[in-house]
Amino acid sequence: MVGIIAWVSGGFLAAGIFFMFTGAIGLLRLPDFYTRLHATGKCDTLGEVLIITGLLIYHLFYYPETPLVLVKLLFLIVFLFLANPTATHAIMKAAYNTGVKPWKVGDKRM
Amino acid sequence: MTEKKRGKGFGILVTFVTMFLFWLLLSGFFDAFHITAGIICSAIVALISHDLFMKEGGLARDKLFKLLLYIPWELWQIVLANFDVAYRVLHPKMPIDPRIIEFETTLRSDFALVTMANSITLTPGTVTILVEPEKGKFWVHALAQAPADALLVDKTMQTKVAEVYGEW
Repeated sequence: MVGIIAWVSGGFLAAGIFFMFTGAIGLLRLPDFYTRLHATGKCDTLGEVLIITGLLIYHLFYYPETPLVLVKLLFLIVFLFLANPTATHAIMKAAYNTGVKPWKVGDKRM
Repeated sequence: MTEKKRGKGFGILVTFVTMFLFWLLLSGFFDAFHITAGIICSAIVALISHDLFMKEGGLARDKLFKLLLYIPWELWQIVLANFDVAYRVLHPKMPIDPRIIEFETTLRSDFALVTMANSITLTPGTVTILVEPEKGKFWVHALAQAPADALLVDKTMQTKVAEVYGEW
């Protein structure tokens, strides 16, 4: 039983790290400001939430005597889902208003 | 006038209670010192920012329930979005064709517009750039043609958000 829990939470952590890693690769490979925000804005949200879910499961079965930590982690997930897209949108709006040119197919990398 | 005054006091009270419960939840200490400190802090926050927390025309209960039904669908879309972006990023040729699209919706209220804008940002290959509340108009940066068509042609998300808030 304990072994299975460790594997399940480890699986969530691994999936989370995969998406964070993809976000980092996207940040390096994609051609311009807007497309890079796509990679970081989306992959980071899911990656972070998956990592926190893994920690939640681990904590639930290994340290059941401190349930307050679980509630805090749950709140963290909620705030991530609200704050991450909002921040992405704010950065993108600022870039658009200051006239950053979007990249089109065939243009040079910026 | 009295009606308005009562509304304000009620707003402060609700904010105070919420803040204090949140304090108890996060602190985990229940001795006299921590509880007194919590009451003082919650009171200050409630006095300063009750009008931000209890905005007039908040969410009605039936809308909140529909919103809870909308969230699982949205979570699934987020997972799809991430696989889509991961595929485009990791593919050797990077099949991207970025474009900026604009479209109008029937949404008007703040909650509906925020839900729509955040959903767009979290789902496959699209990020909200600008929102114009008067016309419910959205400017969206799309990573390729396919995700743009999901908003321009299929309009699944607009329909679902409009259904939640009853704004056809």
